[in-house]
Amino acid sequence: MYIFDTLTNRLKRGCMTMAFPKGPAPDLPDRHGGALRLDPSKCSATCALCVEVCPSQAIVRSNGQLRLDLGRCLFCADCVTACPQGAIQQTNDHRLAARRREDLVLSPAQTEMRLAEALDEKMRRLFGRSLRLRQVSAGGCGACEADINVLGTIGWDLSRFGIQYVASPRHADGVLITGPVSKGMELALRKTWEAVPEPRIAIAVGACAISGGPFAGHAQTNDGAGSIVPIDLHIPGCPPHPLTILDGYLRLLDRLEKNR
Amino acid sequence: MNTLAPFFIFPNGSSVSWPAVPVFSITKLVRVTGELLDRGARICSWFGVQDHEETCLVAILAMDSESVLGVARSEPISGSYPSLTPRYPQAHLFEREVWEQHGLVPLGHPWIKPVRHANGTAPANAPFFRVDGGEVHEVAVGPVHAGVIEPGHFRFQCQGEEVLHLEIALGYQHRGVEEHMGGGPHRATMSQMETVSGDATIAHATAHAMVMESLAGIEAPLRAQWLRALALELERLANHTGDMGALAGDVAFLPTMSACGKIRGDFLNLTALMCGNRFGRGLIRPGGCRHDLDPQRLQTLKARLETHLADVEQATAWFWDAASVRVRFLNVGVVHTSQASDIGLVGPAARASGLVRDVRYDHPAGWHRFSQAPVAVWPSGDILARARVKSLEIQRSGRYLLEQLDGPVDGDILAPAPVPAPESLTAALVEGWRGEVCHAALTDHSGRFRRYKITDPSFHNWTGLALSLRGTAISDFPLCNKSFTLSYCGFDL
Repeated sequence: MYIFDTLTNRLKRGCMTMAFPKGPAPDLPDRHGGALRLDPSKCSATCALCVEVCPSQAIVRSNGQLRLDLGRCLFCADCVTACPQGAIQQTNDHRLAARRREDLVLSPAQTEMRLAEALDEKMRRLFGRSLRLRQVSAGGCGACEADINVLGTIGWDLSRFGIQYVASPRHADGVLITGPVSKGMELALRKTWEAVPEPRIAIAVGACAISGGPFAGHAQTNDGAGSIVPIDLHIPGCPPHPLTILDGYLRLLDRLEKNR
Repeated sequence: MNTLAPFFIFPNGSSVSWPAVPVFSITKLVRVTGELLDRGARICSWFGVQDHEETCLVAILAMDSESVLGVARSEPISGSYPSLTPRYPQAHLFEREVWEQHGLVPLGHPWIKPVRHANGTAPANAPFFRVDGGEVHEVAVGPVHAGVIEPGHFRFQCQGEEVLHLEIALGYQHRGVEEHMGGGPHRATMSQMETVSGDATIAHATAHAMVMESLAGIEAPLRAQWLRALALELERLANHTGDMGALAGDVAFLPTMSACGKIRGDFLNLTALMCGNRFGRGLIRPGGCRHDLDPQRLQTLKARLETHLADVEQATAWFWDAASVRVRFLNVGVVHTSQASDIGLVGPAARASGLVRDVRYDHPAGWHRFSQAPVAVWPSGDILARARVKSLEIQRSGRYLLEQLDGPVDGDILAPAPVPAPESLTAALVEGWRGEVCHAALTDHSGRFRRYKITDPSFHNWTGLALSLRGTAISDFPLCNKSFTLSYCGFDL
């Protein structure tokens, strides 16, 4: 009888929601690698091995200086393997969300990314304990969408933070965009954004929504959502790990303790 | 034997030199293709290859009973040709696609309109089929849906609660994947193949790797083929488990919904254990795989897999035990066997309509030449059948994985990068979790891609969802939709 079985199962297992953010964050998979950092002292000015292997042209060398754009990065780590000097390093850090697009660009002047700061006080008062988001997939492949969705499951239980995905933009405080914004979705995204009452926020999840990702430069896409709506939070990855997405939300709402 | 003659016959994942592909007049190509479909073949792909100002049509058929594929092409043509669709509905979207891409008009096609191309900032997918009548009303849904899901537009023609017709208009997700393959492979190609349909990364990446290897006349090391087979089943487990949870959620059966939502993530984490990415990105490359399963990792994978399989077995048992769940699925959203065969369904949807159709078994390539899981089939064609097939496949994929993990094959995992031969055509089929993924490629005189054609299983199956709604209450649409779980971006490319 499933009724007794489900009940005993529930009793036996107890609460299945992770302790984070009160407890420690769960580990990323060991082969994930997390955020990247640059060590310019190890980078040779004549070498371009990392530039050549990057599938999404996230690494460029301009005026002899290396620039690594985590907003374009697919985190395949081909550059980490290719660099004979170890100038690009994995940090195993799940924290990757940034407020401004340029905070994701690593260079000799900024060797690590600048993590997102919280919303200003007025917005925090409005959204800090209740944030409703209307998700718009605009050319997204389904992976970012899946890992956005997974935050709603019992292991993550997003609703304990007052964050919820809603069906209507009229009920929403902001949009959550995935995909490079295909031309076919441009109008729908604009209409959805305009239907969200102000004040409102926009969050771009994944390399595609931030920069076009592997589809950057295609005439059929817009190279990300930034040219359509003003983005308040960028969460890089292909797709970002659910922990990275959650960290981004909580960082924006100032729901993390200091120094986390 | 040779039931695919006069087509050129070749096994899955092998290539043929372009000049050796039989050339027919367009009327003969259409006639012979029709005769072969009458004899039990089905269309894997049907596409145009630009030849100066004109177009050659290429037909790739599968004869499942003989485990062979067949290919033929037409002389270069322009203008129009006699449509296959009136007699063979499985050709309808292929012919629309060729019309959209090359301007060839299939004479007699009942519903010619764009498949995916945008007109400005939205797809050019109007006008829609309309049913007239005093009591008929129309319901339009999408492109932005209520959940966290990809966009598409659904146009229902209803009389009261009953759906008379559903037209599914897509194109919102079109990212120009095929268009940018010309002159490739490029640096971004592998990443694009991994995101053709993001939850079927392994299936599409494997198909692309097979294309590259076949064009170069090499094979990935056996251990890499074994790793790909493992990853393919993990992908199936994760997605089928997610589907069972979603179906449970749609009939408000919360215990299974909650449990399966979590277990799906557990399976994704096993893929991440293999390669770092929950969707398997970065695992497969032309020539093999990038990450190995060392003995300790293998033991961890196996132990965790056993736990998760036991969990999902229990969660789906609740579901099947509840009469209140079964009654919502029984005789709802039926696609009959003859319909399934006519429209060329593939994957679990085909198998749930009684068609024994599975690439792993019918056209084994890679590791599936040495080991296969039994094909899961259910005859009734309703939502119950589609859920049943997925449930059975969870069990069988699980058992298959445990067997495979007990007998790893030694060796390298990556061969030197394959260099495609010039003027060659190849086709690679992989049974992804939604069904048959088909990648076909033709190289030019310098070994670069001249044409690359991707057929996601959703391309065959969206019509199945439309048919399942006929005579069904519109309130059952979400259930029907989740029993098919099709890909929008895999279709839109």
